[in-house]
Amino acid sequence: MKLLVCISQTPDTTAKISFNPEGTDFNAAGVQFIMNPYDEWYALVRACELRETLGGTVVALHVGTVANETTIRKALAIGADEAVRINRDPKSAADTAKQIATYAAAENFDIIFFGKETIDYNGSEVGAMVAEYLQLPYVSFASKLSLNGSTATMERDIEGGVEELEVDLPFVVSAAKGMAEQRIPNMRGIMTARTKPLTEIQPVDFEAPSTLVQFTLPPAKVGVKLIQPDDMDELVRLLHEEAKVI
Amino acid sequence: MVLVFVETPRGLLKKTAFEAVTYAKKTADLLGTSCVALTLGSVSNAGELGRYGASRVLNIPGDALDQLDGQVFSAAISEAVGKLEASVVILSHTSTGKTIAGRLAVRLNAGLISGASALPTVAGSALHIKKGVFSGKAVAEYEIKSAIKVISLMGNAVKPEVSADAVAVEPLSVTLTKSLIRVKATKTQEGVVPLSEAEIVVSAGRGMKDPSNWGIIEDLAATLGATTACSRPVADSDWRPHHEHVGQTGIAIRPNLYIAVGISGAIQHLAGVNSSKVIVVINKDPEAPFFKAADYGVVADLFDVVPRLNDAIKKFKAAN
Ligand SMILES: Cc1cc2nc3c(=O)[nH]c(=O)nc-3n(C[C@H](O)[C@H](O)[C@H](O)COP(=O)(O)OP(=O)(O)OC[C@H]3O[C@@H](n4cnc5c(N)ncnc54)[C@H](O)[C@@H]3O)c2cc1C
Ligand SMILES: Nc1ncnc2c1ncn2[C@@H]1O[C@H](COP(=O)(O)O)[C@@H](O)[C@H]1O
Repeated sequence: MKLLVCISQTPDTTAKISFNPEGTDFNAAGVQFIMNPYDEWYALVRACELRETLGGTVVALHVGTVANETTIRKALAIGADEAVRINRDPKSAADTAKQIATYAAAENFDIIFFGKETIDYNGSEVGAMVAEYLQLPYVSFASKLSLNGSTATMERDIEGGVEELEVDLPFVVSAAKGMAEQRIPNMRGIMTARTKPLTEIQPVDFEAPSTLVQFTLPPAKVGVKLIQPDDMDELVRLLHEEAKVI
Repeated sequence: MVLVFVETPRGLLKKTAFEAVTYAKKTADLLGTSCVALTLGSVSNAGELGRYGASRVLNIPGDALDQLDGQVFSAAISEAVGKLEASVVILSHTSTGKTIAGRLAVRLNAGLISGASALPTVAGSALHIKKGVFSGKAVAEYEIKSAIKVISLMGNAVKPEVSADAVAVEPLSVTLTKSLIRVKATKTQEGVVPLSEAEIVVSAGRGMKDPSNWGIIEDLAATLGATTACSRPVADSDWRPHHEHVGQTGIAIRPNLYIAVGISGAIQHLAGVNSSKVIVVINKDPEAPFFKAADYGVVADLFDVVPRLNDAIKKFKAAN
């Protein structure tokens, strides 16, 4: 079993979001970054579980600069066998996908895991893009994944329901809630992570077809209007006449 | 030409379909071109899409297209894009759309903006598109420069608008590739509007004390024609099904109206709901952080106020 897990990091939800004065760059100073929960809790853990029962290797892959190595070390502490960092600060999902696909094309992984989406941009783009570059099937938002020989049985979330399906190795999958239970790295994991291989590789050139123009902050809420608990007719009136939502 | 891929789960046109066509029509108007809708597999009433502004409605027939496979779908849509010389492709930012959009962008060498929250603006041969990022804490504006542009539209970002008449559906034939995914079974809940599409959501948290108390929430939701949701600890303790969990680690939603009952408003919860147009918070604690994110608030015991709100809405509905 050769498993690849693509790991991203995002600002912690409690982080204060700010930009440079021109609004062209995210201000990372003082921001706490975390591993993207879908990548960490579901994709990585399920990949480690499969390796534990079937043998093989789990490679954690991150496209990012050396500043992000804490996140990669955490993936190793949770259970990845080795890590690869493609040294590039990707400016778009398209760039990230190109880098991942170029690396993975030469490696013949059985399963390439993604998270359902990153919680900062919610794009859900990278997994589908990599699958297309590699011409592999892509099962999005899988909430269950088990393997029987070279066939995987999965459940995936679809609009208003769940679908059960089968697909043969190799394939690309994105992990949704339910695929595994979050693991907290233990002391032994943290210690061994220091000795596990972390390889840096160089990115390929890529000119993104879309670019960021500007970040802006949304207008602040004007403040809550409090309604007396004994006057629900007033709330209904406001929702109808002022907010126009009912 | 603007081509809009219209997803038709189980052969049906949903609200997302009308939103996507409305958005595509308005984008086509901005570009001074026409809007063509594309459906795959068996669909009933696809001609209806004409009413939302599609000048033509095309259908690629084939049983294989009745189950979702992004690989097969994106190959078929790309071929249609080529044949019709479309320069912009619009999809919905739903689980189906997300499965296809990235593949389509790679195939077409196109720039992709997913989860667009507003109409594009035209800048020469480029398009500028906005979307919400960082859990609604900021808005990002992007430019797509490639010859073909792919945009996926966030749910509830535009209101469906009828602007013309229904049209006849024309078949379109393309080469269909074989699916490598074998669908065994599909479990859906019919009759309930999925959270991602719901215009009104009634959501409740740990303040409910016990799962047996949810009747008042369900009644309120039924009166409003709303979908129910919950906070994470509620789903984690199996008080409510997991698909109701909204927030950073659940689903992100943006309904027109979000009513939060007995939810404190932790930042991870807000991350999934603060793009809602209007937020009503019912909580007995005036210091609950949710009030800072709310438009309307009621400081009271939920067990007392929710039934009264339900009665007030019933009265309003009866009178209107
Ligand atoms: C990494 C991470 C991710 C998370 N992701 C999510 C997520 O996706 N979604 C999510 O919801 N949470 C998430 N959480 C949890 C989040 O931090 C909060 O713990 C959770 O949202 C609290 O749920 P609650 O508001 O239902 O419960 P509580 O915080 O216990 O709040 C209950 C509220 O009910 C009110 N109340 C009690 N009784 C009454 C009454 N009789 N009448 C009126 N009001 C009453 C109380 O005043 C209180 O404000 C996450 C946490 C972490 C660390
Ligand atoms: N910089 C990155 N390095 C490695 N994997 C990434 C990176 N960014 C995104 N991914 C993967 O792609 C998934 C979807 O991201 P997105 O398309 O941005 O929502 C994430 O859950 C990760 O698995």
